Amino acid sequence: MPGITREEVAHLARLSRLELQAEELDHFAEQLDVIIGAVARVSEVAGQDVPPTSHPLPLTNVMRADEVRPSLTPDQALSGAPAAEEQRFRVPQILGED
Amino acid sequence: MTELIRFTAAQTASAIAKGEVSAVEVAQAHLDRIDAVDKKVNAFLHVDTEGALSAAKAVDEKRAKGEELGPLAGVPLALKDVFTTKGVPTTCGSKILEGWIPPYDATLTSRLKDAGVVILGKTNMDEFAMGSSTENSAYGPTGNPWDLTRIPGGSGGGSAAALAAFEAPLAIGTDTGGSIRQPGAVTGTVGVKPTYGAVSRFGLVAFSSSLDQGGPCARTVLDAALLHEAIAGHDPLDSTSIDAPVPAVVEAARMRDVRGMRIGVVKEFAGEGYQAGVMQRFNESVELLRELGAEVVEVSCPSFTLALPAYYLIAPSECSSNLARFDAMRYGLRVGDNGSRSAEEVTALTREAGFGPEVKRRIMLGTYALSSGYYDAYYGSAQKVRTLISRSFDEAFAAVDVLVSPTTPTTAFPIGERADDPMAMYLADLCTIPSNLAGNAAMSLPCGLAPEDNLPVGLQIIAPAMADDRLYRVGGAVEAALNDKWGHTLLEEAPAL
Repeated sequence: MPGITREEVAHLARLSRLELQAEELDHFAEQLDVIIGAVARVSEVAGQDVPPTSHPLPLTNVMRADEVRPSLTPDQALSGAPAAEEQRFRVPQILGED
Repeated sequence: MTELIRFTAAQTASAIAKGEVSAVEVAQAHLDRIDAVDKKVNAFLHVDTEGALSAAKAVDEKRAKGEELGPLAGVPLALKDVFTTKGVPTTCGSKILEGWIPPYDATLTSRLKDAGVVILGKTNMDEFAMGSSTENSAYGPTGNPWDLTRIPGGSGGGSAAALAAFEAPLAIGTDTGGSIRQPGAVTGTVGVKPTYGAVSRFGLVAFSSSLDQGGPCARTVLDAALLHEAIAGHDPLDSTSIDAPVPAVVEAARMRDVRGMRIGVVKEFAGEGYQAGVMQRFNESVELLRELGAEVVEVSCPSFTLALPAYYLIAPSECSSNLARFDAMRYGLRVGDNGSRSAEEVTALTREAGFGPEVKRRIMLGTYALSSGYYDAYYGSAQKVRTLISRSFDEAFAAVDVLVSPTTPTTAFPIGERADDPMAMYLADLCTIPSNLAGNAAMSLPCGLAPEDNLPVGLQIIAPAMADDRLYRVGGAVEAALNDKWGHTLLEEAPAL
Protein backbone atom coordinates (compact mmCIF):
# COMPACT_ATOMS: atom_id res chain seq x y z
CA MET A 1 0.00 0.00 0.00
CA PRO A 2 1.28 3.53 -0.75
CA GLY A 3 2.88 5.66 1.95
CA ILE A 4 1.34 8.80 3.33
CA THR A 5 2.38 12.25 2.13
CA ARG A 6 2.60 15.56 3.96
CA GLU A 7 -0.36 16.81 1.89
CA GLU A 8 -2.45 13.83 2.95
CA VAL A 9 -1.62 14.51 6.59
CA ALA A 10 -2.68 18.13 6.13
CA HIS A 11 -5.97 16.87 4.69
CA LEU A 12 -6.44 14.45 7.60
CA ALA A 13 -5.73 17.25 10.05
CA ARG A 14 -8.46 19.35 8.42
CA LEU A 15 -10.93 16.46 8.58
CA SER A 16 -9.92 15.90 12.21
CA ARG A 17 -10.36 19.59 13.11
CA LEU A 18 -6.74 19.96 14.15
CA GLU A 19 -5.02 23.25 13.22
CA LEU A 20 -1.56 21.68 12.99
CA GLN A 21 1.64 23.73 12.82
CA ALA A 22 3.96 23.29 9.84
CA GLU A 23 6.62 21.42 11.83
CA GLU A 24 3.98 19.09 13.26
CA LEU A 25 2.89 18.20 9.73
CA ASP A 26 6.42 17.10 8.84
CA HIS A 27 6.85 15.10 12.02
CA PHE A 28 3.45 13.42 11.89
CA ALA A 29 3.81 12.60 8.18
CA GLU A 30 6.99 10.69 8.98
CA GLN A 31 5.50 8.87 11.99
CA LEU A 32 2.12 8.08 10.43
CA ASP A 33 3.93 6.65 7.41
CA VAL A 34 5.82 4.23 9.68
CA ILE A 35 2.68 3.29 11.65
CA ILE A 36 0.55 2.76 8.55
CA GLY A 37 3.35 0.67 7.04
CA ALA A 38 3.31 -1.53 10.13
CA VAL A 39 -0.45 -1.92 10.48
CA ALA A 40 -1.04 -2.54 6.76
CA ARG A 41 -0.28 -6.21 7.49
CA VAL A 42 -3.96 -6.66 8.39
CA SER A 43 -4.71 -6.66 4.66
CA GLU A 44 -3.24 -10.19 4.60
CA VAL A 45 -6.75 -11.29 5.53
CA ALA A 46 -8.52 -8.91 3.12
CA GLY A 47 -9.56 -11.55 0.61
CA GLN A 48 -10.55 -14.14 3.19
CA ASP A 49 -14.17 -15.01 3.72
CA VAL A 50 -14.34 -13.96 7.35
CA PRO A 51 -17.18 -11.95 8.84
CA PRO A 52 -16.14 -8.68 10.50
CA THR A 53 -16.43 -8.20 14.28
CA SER A 54 -17.28 -4.70 15.43
CA HIS A 55 -17.94 -5.51 19.05
CA PRO A 56 -17.16 -8.32 21.51
CA LEU A 57 -20.74 -8.71 22.76
CA PRO A 58 -23.52 -10.03 20.54
CA LEU A 59 -26.04 -7.41 21.69
CA THR A 60 -28.72 -5.76 19.61
CA ASN A 61 -31.35 -3.17 20.45
CA VAL A 62 -30.87 -2.87 24.19
CA MET A 63 -33.96 -1.04 25.40
CA ARG A 64 -34.98 0.56 28.65
CA ALA A 65 -38.36 1.54 29.98
CA ASP A 66 -39.45 4.98 28.76
CA GLU A 67 -39.74 6.56 32.17
CA VAL A 68 -39.08 10.05 33.45
CA ARG A 69 -36.02 10.08 35.69
CA PRO A 70 -33.77 12.70 37.26
CA SER A 71 -31.36 14.47 34.93
CA LEU A 72 -28.98 17.42 35.07
CA THR A 73 -30.43 20.84 35.79
CA PRO A 74 -29.68 23.56 33.20
CA ASP A 75 -27.14 25.06 35.61
CA GLN A 76 -25.38 21.73 36.02
CA ALA A 77 -25.40 21.05 32.30
CA LEU A 78 -23.92 24.49 31.60
CA SER A 79 -21.46 24.37 34.49
CA GLY A 80 -18.52 23.45 32.25
CA ALA A 81 -19.47 25.58 29.27
CA PRO A 82 -16.79 27.95 27.93
CA ALA A 83 -19.60 30.48 27.38
CA ALA A 84 -23.30 30.42 28.21
CA GLU A 85 -26.21 32.76 27.74
CA GLU A 86 -29.88 32.50 28.70
CA GLN A 87 -29.54 28.85 29.74
CA ARG A 88 -27.90 27.97 26.44
CA PHE A 89 -24.39 27.15 25.23
CA ARG A 90 -23.00 30.26 23.55
CA VAL A 91 -20.98 29.27 20.48
CA PRO A 92 -19.07 31.12 17.73
CA GLN A 93 -20.90 31.67 14.45
CA ILE A 94 -21.66 28.47 12.59
CA LEU A 95 -22.92 30.00 9.31
CA GLY A 96 -21.23 32.54 7.04
CA GLU A 97 -22.63 36.02 6.28
CA ASP A 98 -24.03 34.95 2.90
CA MET B 1 1.45 4.78 61.88
CA THR B 2 3.54 3.68 58.92
CA GLU B 3 2.32 0.07 59.05
CA LEU B 4 -1.24 1.14 58.18
CA ILE B 5 -0.15 1.98 54.67
CA ARG B 6 1.30 -1.50 54.21
CA PHE B 7 -1.96 -3.27 55.13
CA THR B 8 -3.83 -5.07 52.39
CA ALA B 9 -7.35 -3.83 51.64
CA ALA B 10 -8.79 -6.93 53.30
CA GLN B 11 -6.74 -6.32 56.46
CA THR B 12 -7.67 -2.64 56.50
CA ALA B 13 -11.40 -3.34 56.19
CA SER B 14 -11.22 -5.97 58.90
CA ALA B 15 -9.29 -3.68 61.30
CA ILE B 16 -11.84 -0.92 60.74
CA ALA B 17 -14.79 -3.27 61.21
CA LYS B 18 -13.33 -4.55 64.47
CA GLY B 19 -12.66 -1.03 65.68
CA GLU B 20 -8.89 -1.56 65.91
CA VAL B 21 -8.40 1.56 63.84
CA SER B 22 -10.75 4.25 62.54
CA ALA B 23 -11.36 4.87 58.86
CA VAL B 24 -10.28 8.48 59.43
CA GLU B 25 -6.91 7.31 60.81
CA VAL B 26 -6.45 5.05 57.79
CA ALA B 27 -7.33 7.84 55.37
CA GLN B 28 -5.03 10.29 57.17
CA ALA B 29 -2.13 7.82 57.10
CA HIS B 30 -2.48 7.52 53.33
CA LEU B 31 -2.89 11.28 52.83
CA ASP B 32 0.30 11.76 54.87
CA ARG B 33 2.08 9.19 52.72
CA ILE B 34 0.94 10.96 49.55
CA ASP B 35 2.20 14.21 51.05
CA ALA B 36 5.56 12.63 51.79
CA VAL B 37 6.28 10.82 48.52
CA ASP B 38 4.05 12.02 45.71
CA LYS B 39 6.25 14.97 44.75
CA LYS B 40 8.72 12.30 43.62
CA VAL B 41 6.24 9.76 42.23
CA ASN B 42 3.60 12.08 40.69
CA ALA B 43 0.94 9.36 40.84
CA PHE B 44 -1.86 11.81 41.67
CA LEU B 45 -3.22 14.62 39.54
CA HIS B 46 -5.62 15.69 42.26
CA VAL B 47 -5.79 14.75 45.94
CA ASP B 48 -9.25 15.16 47.45
CA THR B 49 -8.29 15.51 51.13
CA GLU B 50 -11.63 16.89 52.22
CA GLY B 51 -13.68 14.33 50.32
CA ALA B 52 -11.55 11.44 51.55
CA LEU B 53 -11.75 12.46 55.20
CA SER B 54 -15.47 13.07 55.05
CA ALA B 55 -16.07 9.67 53.39
CA ALA B 56 -13.92 8.04 56.08
CA LYS B 57 -15.82 9.86 58.82
CA ALA B 58 -19.10 8.59 57.39
CA VAL B 59 -17.79 5.00 57.65
CA ASP B 60 -16.76 5.56 61.28
CA GLU B 61 -20.17 7.01 62.10
CA LYS B 62 -21.91 4.09 60.44
CA ARG B 63 -19.86 1.70 62.54
CA ALA B 64 -20.55 3.66 65.72
CA LYS B 65 -24.28 3.29 65.04
CA GLY B 66 -23.81 -0.45 64.74
CA GLU B 67 -24.67 -0.53 61.04
CA GLU B 68 -23.19 -3.28 58.94
CA LEU B 69 -20.11 -2.33 56.93
CA GLY B 70 -19.33 -3.70 53.46
CA PRO B 71 -16.17 -5.73 52.79
CA LEU B 72 -14.25 -2.64 51.62
CA ALA B 73 -15.73 0.02 53.93
CA GLY B 74 -13.13 2.60 54.87
CA VAL B 75 -10.46 1.30 52.47
CA PRO B 76 -8.67 4.09 50.56
CA LEU B 77 -8.53 3.99 46.78
CA ALA B 78 -6.78 5.88 43.98
CA LEU B 79 -9.11 6.52 41.04
CA LYS B 80 -7.84 6.86 37.48
CA ASP B 81 -8.66 10.34 36.25
CA VAL B 82 -10.77 9.01 33.39
CA PHE B 83 -13.85 8.33 35.54
CA THR B 84 -16.11 11.27 36.28
CA THR B 85 -16.38 12.39 39.90
CA LYS B 86 -19.09 14.86 40.81
CA GLY B 87 -17.53 18.06 42.10
CA VAL B 88 -13.96 16.74 41.76
CA PRO B 89 -11.79 17.64 38.73
CA THR B 90 -11.54 15.07 35.93
CA THR B 91 -8.91 15.75 33.28
CA CYS B 92 -8.09 12.41 31.59
CA GLY B 93 -4.50 13.68 31.66
CA SER B 94 -5.42 16.26 29.02
CA LYS B 95 -5.12 20.05 28.82
CA ILE B 96 -8.43 20.11 26.97
CA LEU B 97 -10.23 19.15 30.19
CA GLU B 98 -8.08 21.17 32.60
CA GLY B 99 -10.29 22.55 35.35
CA TRP B 100 -13.39 20.64 34.29
CA ILE B 101 -15.60 19.72 37.23
CA PRO B 102 -18.06 16.99 36.20
CA PRO B 103 -21.67 17.52 37.31
CA TYR B 104 -22.20 13.76 37.74
CA ASP B 105 -20.54 10.59 39.05
CA ALA B 106 -19.64 7.62 36.87
CA THR B 107 -21.53 4.47 37.85
CA LEU B 108 -18.21 3.04 39.04
CA THR B 109 -17.64 6.12 41.22
CA SER B 110 -21.12 5.77 42.77
CA ARG B 111 -20.56 2.09 43.44
CA LEU B 112 -17.29 2.81 45.22
CA LYS B 113 -18.97 5.47 47.33
CA ASP B 114 -21.87 3.16 48.15
CA ALA B 115 -19.37 0.49 49.25
CA GLY B 116 -17.81 2.96 51.70
CA VAL B 117 -14.55 3.04 49.75
CA VAL B 118 -12.57 6.22 50.49
CA ILE B 119 -11.51 7.89 47.24
CA LEU B 120 -8.21 9.65 47.92
CA GLY B 121 -7.94 11.38 44.58
CA LYS B 122 -7.46 11.04 40.85
CA THR B 123 -4.43 9.41 39.29
CA ASN B 124 -2.16 10.36 36.44
CA MET B 125 -2.54 8.68 33.07
CA ASP B 126 -1.57 8.90 29.44
CA GLU B 127 -3.83 11.48 27.84
CA PHE B 128 -7.27 9.92 27.25
CA ALA B 129 -5.68 6.55 28.14
CA MET B 130 -3.58 6.48 24.97
CA GLY B 131 -0.14 5.20 25.79
CA SER B 132 1.92 2.62 27.62
CA SER B 133 4.12 4.80 29.83
CA THR B 134 2.06 7.69 31.32
CA GLU B 135 4.51 10.00 29.53
CA ASN B 136 1.62 11.22 27.36
CA SER B 137 0.02 12.97 30.34
CA ALA B 138 -0.21 16.73 29.91
CA TYR B 139 0.75 16.99 33.58
CA GLY B 140 4.17 15.33 33.50
CA PRO B 141 5.22 11.70 33.76
CA THR B 142 4.77 9.41 36.77
CA GLY B 143 7.82 7.64 38.15
CA ASN B 144 7.97 3.90 38.74
CA PRO B 145 8.42 3.42 42.52
CA TRP B 146 10.98 0.67 41.79
CA ASP B 147 13.15 3.18 39.93
CA LEU B 148 11.84 6.72 39.56
CA THR B 149 13.75 7.23 36.30
CA ARG B 150 11.66 4.51 34.67
CA ILE B 151 8.08 4.42 33.39
CA PRO B 152 5.30 2.94 35.58
CA GLY B 153 3.53 1.61 32.51
CA GLY B 154 0.44 3.13 31.00
CA SER B 155 -2.01 4.33 30.49
CA GLY B 156 -2.85 3.70 34.16
CA GLY B 157 0.67 4.39 35.44
CA GLY B 158 -0.59 6.67 38.21
CA SER B 159 -2.89 4.01 39.66
CA ALA B 160 -0.20 1.31 39.59
CA ALA B 161 2.47 3.62 41.00
CA ALA B 162 0.14 4.69 43.83
CA LEU B 163 -0.17 1.03 44.86
CA ALA B 164 3.56 0.28 44.60
CA ALA B 165 4.42 3.46 46.52
CA PHE B 166 1.98 2.50 49.31
CA GLU B 167 -0.08 5.61 48.70
CA ALA B 168 -3.24 3.48 48.42
CA PRO B 169 -4.03 -0.23 48.83
CA LEU B 170 -6.54 -0.18 45.98
CA ALA B 171 -6.81 1.60 42.66
CA ILE B 172 -8.97 1.66 39.57
CA GLY B 173 -7.71 1.47 36.03
CA THR B 174 -9.13 1.08 32.54
CA ASP B 175 -7.82 -1.39 30.02
CA THR B 176 -8.28 -0.75 26.30
CA GLY B 177 -5.16 -2.55 25.10
CA GLY B 178 -3.37 -3.38 28.35
CA SER B 179 -3.61 -0.17 30.39
CA ILE B 180 -4.37 -2.03 33.64
CA ARG B 181 -2.23 -5.13 33.12
CA GLN B 182 0.98 -3.63 31.72
CA PRO B 183 1.31 -1.01 34.53
CA GLY B 184 0.59 -3.83 36.99
CA ALA B 185 3.37 -5.93 35.46
CA VAL B 186 6.06 -3.25 35.53
CA THR B 187 5.25 -2.07 39.08
CA GLY B 188 4.95 -5.48 40.74
CA THR B 189 1.22 -5.12 41.41
CA VAL B 190 -1.96 -6.98 40.42
CA GLY B 191 -4.21 -5.69 37.65
CA VAL B 192 -7.33 -7.22 36.15
CA LYS B 193 -9.17 -6.49 32.94
CA PRO B 194 -12.60 -8.00 33.56
CA THR B 195 -14.69 -9.45 30.76
CA TYR B 196 -15.86 -6.67 28.43
CA GLY B 197 -19.18 -5.39 29.76
CA ALA B 198 -18.58 -6.57 33.34
CA VAL B 199 -17.94 -3.09 34.73
CA SER B 200 -20.12 -0.17 33.63
CA ARG B 201 -18.64 2.37 31.23
CA PHE B 202 -21.15 5.08 32.19
CA GLY B 203 -19.03 8.07 33.18
CA LEU B 204 -15.84 6.50 31.85
CA VAL B 205 -14.59 9.02 29.31
CA ALA B 206 -14.56 6.99 26.09
CA PHE B 207 -11.42 6.26 24.08
CA SER B 208 -12.36 3.10 22.17
CA SER B 209 -15.83 2.02 23.17
CA SER B 210 -15.71 -1.58 21.97
CA LEU B 211 -12.45 -2.17 23.88
CA ASP B 212 -12.50 0.07 27.00
CA GLN B 213 -13.04 -1.78 30.26
CA GLY B 214 -12.62 -0.55 33.84
CA GLY B 215 -11.14 -2.89 36.38
CA PRO B 216 -9.41 -3.39 39.72
CA CYS B 217 -5.77 -2.75 40.62
CA ALA B 218 -4.38 -3.95 43.95
CA ARG B 219 -1.32 -5.32 45.71
CA THR B 220 -2.86 -8.78 46.25
CA VAL B 221 -5.10 -11.08 44.24
CA LEU B 222 -7.71 -11.21 47.02
CA ASP B 223 -7.85 -7.40 47.24
CA ALA B 224 -8.36 -7.22 43.47
CA ALA B 225 -11.20 -9.75 43.79
CA LEU B 226 -12.90 -7.75 46.57
CA LEU B 227 -12.71 -4.62 44.43
CA HIS B 228 -13.85 -6.51 41.33
CA GLU B 229 -16.96 -7.63 43.19
CA ALA B 230 -17.67 -4.06 44.37
CA ILE B 231 -17.54 -2.49 40.89
CA ALA B 232 -18.90 -5.21 38.58
CA GLY B 233 -22.52 -5.91 37.74
CA HIS B 234 -25.26 -4.80 35.40
CA ASP B 235 -25.89 -1.09 34.87
CA PRO B 236 -28.93 0.04 32.89
CA LEU B 237 -27.06 3.27 32.06
CA ASP B 238 -24.54 1.32 29.92
CA SER B 239 -26.20 -0.57 27.08
CA THR B 240 -23.12 -2.80 26.71
CA SER B 241 -23.21 -3.83 30.36
CA ILE B 242 -23.62 -7.59 30.89
CA ASP B 243 -26.91 -8.53 32.54
CA ALA B 244 -25.70 -11.67 34.35
CA PRO B 245 -24.39 -12.54 37.80
CA VAL B 246 -20.78 -11.53 38.57
CA PRO B 247 -18.56 -14.65 38.70
CA ALA B 248 -17.55 -15.70 42.24
CA VAL B 249 -14.17 -14.01 42.12
CA VAL B 250 -13.59 -13.62 45.88
CA GLU B 251 -14.28 -17.27 46.54
CA ALA B 252 -11.93 -18.19 43.68
CA ALA B 253 -9.16 -15.95 45.04
CA ARG B 254 -9.32 -17.83 48.33
CA MET B 255 -9.21 -21.35 46.81
CA ARG B 256 -5.45 -21.54 46.26
CA ASP B 257 -5.82 -24.77 44.36
CA VAL B 258 -5.13 -25.33 40.68
CA ARG B 259 -5.01 -29.11 40.73
CA GLY B 260 -6.57 -30.55 37.61
CA MET B 261 -6.78 -27.20 35.81
CA ARG B 262 -5.64 -27.18 32.19
CA ILE B 263 -3.30 -24.31 31.41
CA GLY B 264 -2.15 -23.30 27.92
CA VAL B 265 1.12 -21.53 27.21
CA VAL B 266 0.67 -19.26 24.19
CA LYS B 267 3.46 -20.19 21.79
CA GLU B 268 3.36 -16.90 19.88
CA PHE B 269 4.25 -14.81 22.96
CA ALA B 270 7.98 -15.55 23.03
CA GLY B 271 11.05 -15.07 20.90
CA GLU B 272 12.50 -11.91 19.41
CA GLY B 273 11.88 -8.78 21.47
CA TYR B 274 11.25 -10.67 24.72
CA GLN B 275 13.73 -9.86 27.48
CA ALA B 276 15.65 -12.92 28.75
CA GLY B 277 14.86 -12.25 32.41
CA VAL B 278 11.15 -11.85 31.63
CA MET B 279 11.09 -15.22 29.88
CA GLN B 280 13.08 -16.80 32.72
CA ARG B 281 10.56 -15.71 35.37
CA PHE B 282 7.67 -16.64 33.10
CA ASN B 283 9.03 -20.14 32.46
CA GLU B 284 9.57 -20.60 36.20
CA SER B 285 5.92 -19.64 36.79
CA VAL B 286 4.79 -22.22 34.26
CA GLU B 287 6.93 -24.81 36.04
CA LEU B 288 5.40 -23.73 39.35
CA LEU B 289 1.88 -24.23 37.99
CA ARG B 290 2.88 -27.74 36.98
CA GLU B 291 4.24 -28.40 40.49
CA LEU B 292 0.97 -27.12 41.94
CA GLY B 293 -0.87 -29.82 40.02
CA ALA B 294 -2.04 -28.04 36.89
CA GLU B 295 -1.79 -29.70 33.51
CA VAL B 296 0.29 -27.47 31.22
CA VAL B 297 0.22 -27.67 27.43
CA GLU B 298 1.50 -25.46 24.63
CA VAL B 299 -1.17 -23.72 22.57
CA SER B 300 -0.76 -22.01 19.21
CA CYS B 301 -2.83 -18.96 18.28
CA PRO B 302 -1.35 -17.83 14.94
CA SER B 303 -3.82 -14.98 14.46
CA PHE B 304 -2.37 -13.22 17.53
CA THR B 305 0.52 -11.98 15.40
CA LEU B 306 -2.01 -9.71 13.64
CA ALA B 307 -3.54 -8.42 16.89
CA LEU B 308 -1.27 -5.40 17.29
CA PRO B 309 -1.81 -4.10 13.72
CA ALA B 310 -5.57 -4.68 14.02
CA TYR B 311 -5.68 -2.89 17.36
CA TYR B 312 -3.84 0.15 16.00
CA LEU B 313 -6.54 0.52 13.36
CA ILE B 314 -9.61 -0.26 15.47
CA ALA B 315 -8.69 1.76 18.58
CA PRO B 316 -7.67 4.92 16.64
CA SER B 317 -10.79 4.62 14.45
CA GLU B 318 -13.08 4.57 17.47
CA CYS B 319 -10.98 7.27 19.14
CA SER B 320 -11.25 9.62 16.18
CA SER B 321 -15.01 9.38 16.47
CA ASN B 322 -15.24 9.50 20.29
CA LEU B 323 -12.91 12.47 20.67
CA ALA B 324 -14.95 14.50 18.21
CA ARG B 325 -16.97 15.50 21.27
CA PHE B 326 -14.12 17.77 22.36
CA ASP B 327 -15.31 20.61 20.17
CA ALA B 328 -14.86 23.59 22.55
CA MET B 329 -18.61 24.19 22.66
CA ARG B 330 -20.09 22.55 25.75
CA TYR B 331 -17.23 21.98 28.17
CA GLY B 332 -13.47 22.08 28.40
CA LEU B 333 -11.00 24.39 26.75
CA ARG B 334 -11.95 27.03 24.15
CA VAL B 335 -9.16 28.80 22.29
CA GLY B 336 -9.23 31.61 19.72
CA ASP B 337 -12.86 32.73 20.06
CA ASN B 338 -12.26 36.36 19.12
CA GLY B 339 -15.74 37.08 17.78
CA SER B 340 -14.77 36.82 14.13
CA ARG B 341 -13.71 33.18 13.85
CA SER B 342 -16.22 30.49 12.98
CA ALA B 343 -17.12 27.63 15.33
CA GLU B 344 -15.17 25.26 13.11
CA GLU B 345 -12.03 27.40 13.30
CA VAL B 346 -12.34 27.70 17.07
CA THR B 347 -12.76 23.93 17.34
CA ALA B 348 -9.61 23.29 15.27
CA LEU B 349 -7.55 25.84 17.23
CA THR B 350 -8.77 24.43 20.55
CA ARG B 351 -8.00 20.82 19.61
CA GLU B 352 -4.57 21.85 18.36
CA ALA B 353 -3.84 23.57 21.68
CA GLY B 354 -5.58 21.04 23.94
CA PHE B 355 -4.48 17.65 22.62
CA GLY B 356 -0.97 16.19 22.92
CA PRO B 357 0.97 14.50 20.09
CA GLU B 358 -0.17 10.89 20.70
CA VAL B 359 -3.85 11.86 20.75
CA LYS B 360 -3.41 13.85 17.54
CA ARG B 361 -1.58 10.92 15.90
CA ARG B 362 -4.35 8.51 16.79
CA ILE B 363 -7.17 10.82 15.73
CA MET B 364 -5.52 11.25 12.33
CA LEU B 365 -4.70 7.56 12.01
CA GLY B 366 -8.32 6.69 12.77
CA THR B 367 -9.60 9.32 10.36
CA TYR B 368 -7.33 7.81 7.71
CA ALA B 369 -8.43 4.21 8.39
CA LEU B 370 -12.10 5.19 8.17
CA SER B 371 -11.84 7.39 5.10
CA SER B 372 -13.33 6.28 1.80
CA GLY B 373 -10.92 4.31 -0.34
CA TYR B 374 -9.06 2.97 2.70
CA TYR B 375 -11.93 1.73 4.86
CA ASP B 376 -12.07 -1.82 3.47
CA ALA B 377 -8.32 -2.31 3.36
CA TYR B 378 -7.71 -1.03 6.88
CA TYR B 379 -10.71 -0.88 9.19
CA GLY B 380 -12.56 -3.68 7.38
CA SER B 381 -9.54 -6.00 7.47
CA ALA B 382 -8.89 -5.17 11.12
CA GLN B 383 -12.45 -6.24 11.93
CA LYS B 384 -11.85 -9.55 10.16
CA VAL B 385 -8.67 -10.04 12.19
CA ARG B 386 -10.79 -9.45 15.28
CA THR B 387 -12.99 -12.37 14.28
CA LEU B 388 -9.95 -14.58 13.70
CA ILE B 389 -8.57 -13.70 17.13
CA SER B 390 -11.86 -14.60 18.81
CA ARG B 391 -11.83 -17.90 16.93
CA SER B 392 -8.26 -18.61 18.07
CA PHE B 393 -9.34 -18.02 21.66
CA ASP B 394 -12.41 -20.25 21.22
CA GLU B 395 -10.24 -23.07 19.89
CA ALA B 396 -7.72 -22.63 22.68
CA PHE B 397 -10.37 -22.54 25.41
CA ALA B 398 -11.89 -25.74 24.05
CA ALA B 399 -8.66 -27.44 25.14
CA VAL B 400 -7.58 -25.45 28.22
CA ASP B 401 -9.18 -23.53 31.10
CA VAL B 402 -6.84 -20.54 30.99
CA LEU B 403 -3.96 -19.26 28.89
CA VAL B 404 -0.74 -17.81 30.28
CA SER B 405 1.98 -15.54 28.86
CA PRO B 406 4.31 -12.80 30.01
CA THR B 407 2.19 -9.64 30.48
CA THR B 408 4.64 -7.47 28.60
CA PRO B 409 7.82 -8.35 26.67
CA THR B 410 10.19 -6.23 28.79
CA THR B 411 10.48 -4.73 32.27
CA ALA B 412 9.98 -0.99 32.84
CA PHE B 413 11.98 1.06 30.34
CA PRO B 414 13.59 4.44 31.09
CA ILE B 415 11.40 7.56 30.86
CA GLY B 416 12.04 9.16 27.48
CA GLU B 417 13.39 6.05 25.74
CA ARG B 418 10.35 5.38 23.54
CA ALA B 419 8.55 8.71 23.98
CA ASP B 420 8.82 9.80 20.34
CA ASP B 421 8.90 6.34 18.77
CA PRO B 422 5.24 5.27 18.57
CA MET B 423 5.87 1.80 17.15
CA ALA B 424 8.40 0.93 19.89
CA MET B 425 5.89 2.13 22.49
CA TYR B 426 3.05 0.09 20.96
CA LEU B 427 5.06 -3.14 21.37
CA ALA B 428 4.59 -2.93 25.15
CA ASP B 429 1.00 -4.10 24.57
CA LEU B 430 1.83 -7.04 22.31
CA CYS B 431 0.57 -9.73 24.73
CA THR B 432 -2.34 -7.83 26.26
CA ILE B 433 -4.17 -6.63 23.15
CA PRO B 434 -5.74 -9.93 21.99
CA SER B 435 -7.96 -10.07 25.10
CA ASN B 436 -9.32 -6.59 24.43
CA LEU B 437 -10.13 -7.46 20.83
CA ALA B 438 -11.94 -10.64 21.92
CA GLY B 439 -13.48 -9.09 25.04
CA ASN B 440 -12.39 -11.84 27.42
CA ALA B 441 -10.91 -11.56 30.93
CA ALA B 442 -7.22 -11.24 31.85
CA MET B 443 -5.02 -10.59 34.87
CA SER B 444 -1.41 -9.64 35.48
CA LEU B 445 0.29 -10.53 38.73
CA PRO B 446 3.91 -10.24 39.84
CA CYS B 447 6.04 -13.35 39.28
CA GLY B 448 9.48 -12.11 40.30
CA LEU B 449 12.24 -9.70 39.35
CA ALA B 450 14.18 -9.97 36.11
CA PRO B 451 17.74 -10.95 37.13
CA GLU B 452 19.40 -8.48 34.74
CA ASP B 453 17.72 -5.32 36.08
CA ASN B 454 15.95 -6.32 39.33
CA LEU B 455 12.64 -4.98 38.00
CA PRO B 456 9.23 -6.65 38.31
CA VAL B 457 7.94 -9.15 35.76
CA GLY B 458 4.24 -9.83 35.23
CA LEU B 459 2.53 -13.14 34.59
CA GLN B 460 -0.59 -12.80 32.44
CA ILE B 461 -3.51 -15.18 32.86
CA ILE B 462 -6.34 -15.12 30.30
CA ALA B 463 -9.77 -16.70 30.82
CA PRO B 464 -12.84 -16.94 28.59
CA ALA B 465 -15.45 -14.19 28.75
CA MET B 466 -17.56 -14.45 31.92
CA ALA B 467 -15.06 -16.85 33.52
CA ASP B 468 -13.20 -14.12 35.41
CA ASP B 469 -13.18 -16.35 38.50
CA ARG B 470 -10.57 -18.60 36.84
CA LEU B 471 -8.11 -15.69 36.80
CA TYR B 472 -8.44 -15.34 40.54
CA ARG B 473 -8.22 -19.06 41.16
CA VAL B 474 -4.95 -19.39 39.23
CA GLY B 475 -3.62 -15.99 40.36
CA GLY B 476 -4.37 -16.67 44.02
CA ALA B 477 -2.59 -20.03 43.90
CA VAL B 478 0.49 -18.64 42.12
CA GLU B 479 0.69 -15.65 44.47
CA ALA B 480 0.48 -17.85 47.59
CA ALA B 481 3.14 -20.26 46.30
CA LEU B 482 5.51 -17.43 45.30
CA ASN B 483 5.09 -15.58 48.61
CA ASP B 484 5.83 -18.86 50.41
CA LYS B 485 8.95 -19.36 48.31
CA TRP B 486 10.19 -15.77 48.81
CA GLY B 487 9.09 -15.55 52.45
CA HIS B 488 7.47 -12.17 51.69
CA THR B 489 5.62 -10.31 48.96
CA LEU B 490 7.53 -8.96 45.97
CA LEU B 491 6.76 -5.33 46.85
CA GLU B 492 8.71 -5.70 50.08
CA GLU B 493 11.81 -5.75 47.89
CA ALA B 494 11.00 -2.35 46.41
CA PRO B 495 13.43 0.38 47.47
CA ALA B 496 12.34 2.94 50.07
CA LEU B 497 11.16 6.21 48.55
